[in-house]
Amino acid sequence: MRTARSRHVTSGAMIGLTYLAAILATLPLVLILGHLVAKGASSLSLSFFTHMPKPVGESGGGMANAIVGTLILIGVASLIGLPIGIGAGLYLAEKRRTPLANVVRFLSDVLNGLPSIVIGIFAWEILVKPSGFSALAGGVALGAMMIPLVTRTTEEMLLVVPNSLREAALALGYARWRASISVVLRTALAGIATGVLVAVARIAGETAPLLFTAFGNAFWSTSLRQAIAALPLQIYAYAISAYDEWHRLAWAGALVLITLVLIISIAARFATRSRFGAPVD
Amino acid sequence: MTSLPFEWLEKDRRRLRVEGSAVSDRIYEFLTAACAIVIPALVIAIAVAIFAAAWPAFSKAGLSIITTSDWDVAAGHFGAAPALFGTLVSSFVALVIATPLALGVAIFLSEFSPAWLRQPVGFLVDLLAAIPSVVYGLWGIFVLNPLLREYVMPFLRDTLHLGVTPFFRGPAYGPSMLSAGLILAIMALPYISAVSREVLMAVPRSQREAALALGATRWEMIRDAVIPFAKSGIIGGIMLGLGRALGETMAVTMVIGNRLEISASLFAPGYTMASLIANEFSEATNDLHLSALMAVGAILFVITLIVNGVARWLVWSVSKVRVK
Repeated sequence: MRTARSRHVTSGAMIGLTYLAAILATLPLVLILGHLVAKGASSLSLSFFTHMPKPVGESGGGMANAIVGTLILIGVASLIGLPIGIGAGLYLAEKRRTPLANVVRFLSDVLNGLPSIVIGIFAWEILVKPSGFSALAGGVALGAMMIPLVTRTTEEMLLVVPNSLREAALALGYARWRASISVVLRTALAGIATGVLVAVARIAGETAPLLFTAFGNAFWSTSLRQAIAALPLQIYAYAISAYDEWHRLAWAGALVLITLVLIISIAARFATRSRFGAPVD
Repeated sequence: MTSLPFEWLEKDRRRLRVEGSAVSDRIYEFLTAACAIVIPALVIAIAVAIFAAAWPAFSKAGLSIITTSDWDVAAGHFGAAPALFGTLVSSFVALVIATPLALGVAIFLSEFSPAWLRQPVGFLVDLLAAIPSVVYGLWGIFVLNPLLREYVMPFLRDTLHLGVTPFFRGPAYGPSMLSAGLILAIMALPYISAVSREVLMAVPRSQREAALALGATRWEMIRDAVIPFAKSGIIGGIMLGLGRALGETMAVTMVIGNRLEISASLFAPGYTMASLIANEFSEATNDLHLSALMAVGAILFVITLIVNGVARWLVWSVSKVRVK
């Protein structure tokens, strides 16, 4: 039998190690954000947001087309992901135990766990192969990633709404669909908005599904039927290039992207403060 | 779910057709069901499209795609074993590094953290999951890799004399399996810690109180009463992190060095299945090449499907306990 003293020393040491783990785990975030600000801020200027990329050798230039491209891609993805995700979430919350609901729930987790590059080659196979690189194909790939995220948070948020609310609406003579939409869905709206924001933050930074769909574009394009520039694609292309000027722009682009993502993530967190925030996966 | 008066109302309403709602209710049910069916349809479509596109390569090369290591596009040889090896090894390295850290954080947050630190630390760790992978890659290229090359690798190899093992041998380039493993560890960390934290917090209070009442120290309480209770959920969290790491593309492509070779040394550059697709897909020279890349994607699909399936099952089995 070990002495009480040595047992307490062990206990203290292990507890100390969990403190150390907490410090080490928060360190990468601090380091990454610190480097982004240190290396990116100096290259950020108004022209970064308003100018087009310049050819190699010329200094200056911005990512105006990539910023607009990313916004367009997010828009297309949301148009696909939101209605389908919310609809499927409503179905899952209302038909909890049907066999279809169980299958859908399981497969939405499967879809969520698929590597984004696999979604990318799928979108290439069905959309790009027949009709070429396009913003639409990129948006579809991102939308497919959004659907399971939105579905599961919608379901979770709807389940928190007390059943008595629905019963009260029905007792007042509401049709079932109206009770669902204008009472239950509306009550859960803040929570669903959080889920939507988390999903948008997640797809905004995705690169792999866009490599063979949106493809990137050095020129100004807002057409859904043509290849389109995107911030993550541009950062990738510049980061692996051999030019210092482009490296600087990659850091600036990354700073813009992370700012966008963090603002959305923090907004999502403050939209529903009650939840002990876990990454929605 | 439904309470008794509700069911009664429901039947009554159906009989009386209140508000003429039968048709609109049916339309509503049809629409939501249609949305729900999109999800299985999408998963099936992805599987069918990718396996169909991979079929020419599978029928020509069979499983030699993952068992041989000669990838020569011009000669029509497609052996992606080094990429499979790289995917597995980089993810394994990631888990070895991330698991103790993530568990440490989860235990800290669920048991020991002062109340005022719990929210901010939890949030900061969660934010790691929000950073886009291309940003991790950028940071890896310009910060982590030089750091590894100048300090960490020489330190491991020479100062600690780990160079005597085959795992830490050879010149220190920077881009390497070690670098990929480290980046993946940071990326998997928030997933493992979030799930572990939830299952740890689901362990009943009485479990902890009983251990303390029997004279356990706080650490013994964790080790003997809390962790065994949460074990399968924690393993599920680790598997979820593994699923993320296996499929991660951009960050790994940017730091691993992209060389199709199998090397025991973590200092050597490598390749993963996802980065092989990312690098070669848009420059695929012929149909067979394209099909071989689709086959690599199909194998990746199956591996992540299995890993995620097991993970979900493990996490679910714990959350059932919680409901009780």
